[in-house]
Amino acid sequence: MGKKIKAVAATGNLSTGFREESLARAIRQGAHFVGCDGGSTDSGPYYLGSGNPRGPRQGVKRNLGLILRESLRAGIPAIIGTAGHAGGRPHLQWAVEIVRELARENAWHFKLAAIDSEIDPGTLVDAFRKDQIKPLSPAPPFNEDVIRQGQRFVAMMGIEPIQSALASGAQMVIAGRCSDVAIYAALPVMQGIPKHVAFHAGKILECGAASVAQRLYADCMAAELDEDGFTVEPPNPELRCTPQSVAAHTLYENADPYMLVEPGGRLDTTAATYEAVSDRAVRVGGSQFLPAKKYTVRIEGAALAGYRSIVITGIRDPLILGQLDHFLSSLHSAVERKIVDNLSPPPGAYTLNFRVYGRDGTLGPLEPNPKLEGHEIGLIIDVVASSQELASDILPLVWHSGLHHPIPEYQGLISNFAFPFSPPGVDVGPVYRFCANHVWELDDPCAPFQTTWETF
Amino acid sequence: MRELWQFTRLIRSKNAGPFELTFDIMFKDRAGYDLVLKSGVLSPESIAKIYGVELEEIRLFNIEQILTVKFSLPRKVFSGDVADTDVYGGQFHGPLVRLLIEEA
Repeated sequence: MGKKIKAVAATGNLSTGFREESLARAIRQGAHFVGCDGGSTDSGPYYLGSGNPRGPRQGVKRNLGLILRESLRAGIPAIIGTAGHAGGRPHLQWAVEIVRELARENAWHFKLAAIDSEIDPGTLVDAFRKDQIKPLSPAPPFNEDVIRQGQRFVAMMGIEPIQSALASGAQMVIAGRCSDVAIYAALPVMQGIPKHVAFHAGKILECGAASVAQRLYADCMAAELDEDGFTVEPPNPELRCTPQSVAAHTLYENADPYMLVEPGGRLDTTAATYEAVSDRAVRVGGSQFLPAKKYTVRIEGAALAGYRSIVITGIRDPLILGQLDHFLSSLHSAVERKIVDNLSPPPGAYTLNFRVYGRDGTLGPLEPNPKLEGHEIGLIIDVVASSQELASDILPLVWHSGLHHPIPEYQGLISNFAFPFSPPGVDVGPVYRFCANHVWELDDPCAPFQTTWETF
Repeated sequence: MRELWQFTRLIRSKNAGPFELTFDIMFKDRAGYDLVLKSGVLSPESIAKIYGVELEEIRLFNIEQILTVKFSLPRKVFSGDVADTDVYGGQFHGPLVRLLIEEA
């Protein structure tokens, strides 16, 4: 009889929460560790670029507090991945500060390892010159200028830096940018669970209760791993997993349903089997781990793209709607001239985009039917400029011109836009873009990641 | 003739990272899965036409085990970039929902 490791995922994302009693029950049933993912690239490049964490802080503190309390009580480690949503240095510091508060307020005593995954531009330039940075597909253009102009870069760690922290006695590990799967695979692999089992279990656990048949609310998930496979079962008796719900979860947010690329190799689930062991638990086996020739970690980067100001408005007049494309293009030309006359910005200093909801506002160039069919549209006037001041100055030129832009059917001054708000527009702030979809070839999987220790 | 959604329990799109979109069409039962596959409505050629993308950009998987058709496309505009319209990629499946399915 080989070793069994029980892994508990507190929830799919540290900010979304879980039932306190579900976590307590899962840990009472004999968990070896608790994990939780704290981030994602899903919300776009803003968080990585700005360094701002995604809250709510109070919710994250509540969830971290429960995870800490239960794991300390049971004497098992807690592992948090992608702190502060983007896993950069300011995000990690934000999460560590919350942990310090919790330790102080509750008089908890434990050892914390914080693993920094932010990559300084100098280090990245060096790796680029050594030809260690390789593009994935599709990749934005990447070179030394992109690195120097980038706002922030992180490398996504695999299991090794977490294992190293656990081996040195960390009771809580807070990682910067981290593979979601690695949160759950690190400890089992250390304990002798094969990678194909640990990585597949990690993929199922990383979204918490998302792999249940009907997700009523965000909650915990648990899996028991052994050397042949794992059994996944939600600790909350109101939730259940079915073979289909678990198998379907390997599709989620993954371009290839059978191949999951992780630092150090790929998980191939082509031959995976999913069998019901009860009406709530599913046994999974049969996947393969294919080690990579070269160990790589993914690089994520965000660069400043400009500063945004927007107006939200509506158009209901059928005569304007009947010639909307022409109306907007002639408005665009009229406005461009006004901008030059009034502000004389340098070439390429701004973009002006009319987003038409009711036509192709949602799908953009992928819309197969970019025609107006309704009796009104929602219009977002979207200005992105090289400074917030310029974007703010352009905005009223656009909306005020548009408000009175003539159409041939009407004589006299008209008001074309219905603004729901006064003022009509708002400055949105900096806009970032993802500027890297690359991997970094490493000799040492831990090399880019610096661990700092605190004892409470 | 029925519409695609009437055969499915879930139709969704989602980011697969910031640079790709992935679409999952999960069927209620075997009969519907077989019928829709046979209709060709979810063939790579048909999908390329709907979204105006090149055939070779589409990665398509017919996953019999869970009665699911999945396909993935590179994003024309990366998630959250200046001209992006859907940061999470969660509404790109819209044009699929009411596709007409021939029932011979």
